[in-house]
Amino acid sequence: MKDRYQQYIEKRDEYFQRIQRLNRRDFMRASGVAAAGAAISGALSPHSFQPVDVEAAGQSFRFAYISDSHLYEKALNERFVRSILKAVDDVNALDPQPDFVFYGGDLAQLGQPKELEEGSQILKAIKAPVRMMVGEHDWYLDMGEAWRKHFGKDTYSFDHKGVHFVVLNSVIVEDYWTGPKMTPMERMLAMAQLDNPNGRPFTVGDAQRDWLKNDLANVAVDTPVIVFSHSPLYKMYKKWNFWTDDAEQVQALLAKFKTATVIHGHTHQMLTNKIGNIHFHGMLSTAWPWPYAPQGLPKLTVRMNRADPFDEFDGCGDGTVDVAATGRVDKNFNFWSRNPLKVSAAYLDSDGLLSKPPRESDINY
Amino acid sequence: MSRMNNRILFVIAASSLAVGASRVSASDGTAAAGSTPVPDVSVTLCDGETVMSVPGLKPGEVLPPERAKDVAAQMLQAWRRTQGEARWASWARHVPFETAARSGGVAAQPPAAQAPAQPTKFTARDLQLWQREEKKWIDEGYKAYHNAKALGGTIGISCDMCHPDGSNTHPETYPKFQSQTKKVALLRDMINWCIENPLKGKPLAENDPVLRSVEAYILSTRKGTPLEPGKH
Repeated sequence: MKDRYQQYIEKRDEYFQRIQRLNRRDFMRASGVAAAGAAISGALSPHSFQPVDVEAAGQSFRFAYISDSHLYEKALNERFVRSILKAVDDVNALDPQPDFVFYGGDLAQLGQPKELEEGSQILKAIKAPVRMMVGEHDWYLDMGEAWRKHFGKDTYSFDHKGVHFVVLNSVIVEDYWTGPKMTPMERMLAMAQLDNPNGRPFTVGDAQRDWLKNDLANVAVDTPVIVFSHSPLYKMYKKWNFWTDDAEQVQALLAKFKTATVIHGHTHQMLTNKIGNIHFHGMLSTAWPWPYAPQGLPKLTVRMNRADPFDEFDGCGDGTVDVAATGRVDKNFNFWSRNPLKVSAAYLDSDGLLSKPPRESDINY
Repeated sequence: MSRMNNRILFVIAASSLAVGASRVSASDGTAAAGSTPVPDVSVTLCDGETVMSVPGLKPGEVLPPERAKDVAAQMLQAWRRTQGEARWASWARHVPFETAARSGGVAAQPPAAQAPAQPTKFTARDLQLWQREEKKWIDEGYKAYHNAKALGGTIGISCDMCHPDGSNTHPETYPKFQSQTKKVALLRDMINWCIENPLKGKPLAENDPVLRSVEAYILSTRKGTPLEPGKH
């Protein structure tokens, strides 16, 4: 039997011979396979042997995100306003500018018109185009009326540089307020309480799934698809709605695509998951970080450290998403009080073998 | 009576003996200076009723262990003679509360093959009462924990916003040196820190019922978690 070193050298030679006759897409695939093979053999550090993400002209691009700002009126709470302003400064300082800035939901804390008005004004200072998504904190005071007035539809899709983008409203829950005659504010407060034992699970719902099915019907299977949802489109921890109850049905609609990615808010933390061919990434909050749920954490998630409560920005932040020409994404977490961290497509494609994001030090400070 | 019970009561009796002796010796200090004869030390059993004078034992003297055991045994016998037998029988009829709680009812009797239940003063009814009282505190704490204003917060932030279900409060890790404040902190110190800082309120007094109930709620979320003081 050949020793590990010989195996490595042969794979490496084969790799370099093949890349000379490959086009870009095949190049990505071949290099991934070779690198994964080499990593399995255990003979090399993955970093010595990794495809560089060559930017194909006019194909790859970057967008930025801001999420979960939970704004109260400034007169009541300035802290959360300071935080979103910091995020706006961040994205405006990006050079080159992102193609667009995506807002991940929960702009308001209690869905009040003044909170949404304030948020809307703040987001107007963003230089790049802004795309919006709704969260439960925006929705449940008036069932989205004020939010829609400011930002339009809560469910929509668009195409950008060869990628099909879908934005969902994944915070639909069954009506549990009409029976007990809850006031709109009581309903809002019940929905705003993450650990509410009487809450209901989030869903995308029949109507939106039908819409999604139609929307995706004419999208070719090799078109990359990126879906935004406020809640993660998988099941992690039902008690805190780190969960979408009809997640499997939505995943089934995405299964036919060669490249599908879901980017979600709500969880206020670094989260990474892969189900079948679908990559999932969580977004950071500008307001505060949630603790990790006591169970259900996806295997591929590299946890961020517990936040320092003495630093109001720690564990918070914003980020960017680099979309490669293949449609796969590298997710960049821009932590405000920590080093930035990238969770790459290679990490997910290799099921965690390659490009593992570093675990932060000082775990229990 | 089993040997175990005998030993427990002996320990109780012996400790009463010591207390009784020291009390007598203190109050008799002045009497000893006069000419009146110093009385023997008398001891009281832990029931507060059974009293016995120890012949020849003067205040300040220490009984040798053998003699002390003998006194304790005599007192126990005296207790059983006067009222103990009746009460003993009554206690023995009770189902120990551990058994009652496990089987979910008062009427549960241990299987015949099992060793006779340990007698106890506590009934399932007692347990129910205690649980109800405990729950009251925890429920009060839950309300304050989930209400921005109840803790005196002024900017709409409540505990649950960062710590759903008490998560990341890790009460089992206190006391510990809190590196940021450069002091050893208890859980209540950190509750007050949160009230003062993220909530922008005024810290509560140590004995404030709201502070105590929030502490009770947080602790209840980790009941049964092994203590790891100083961790984190």
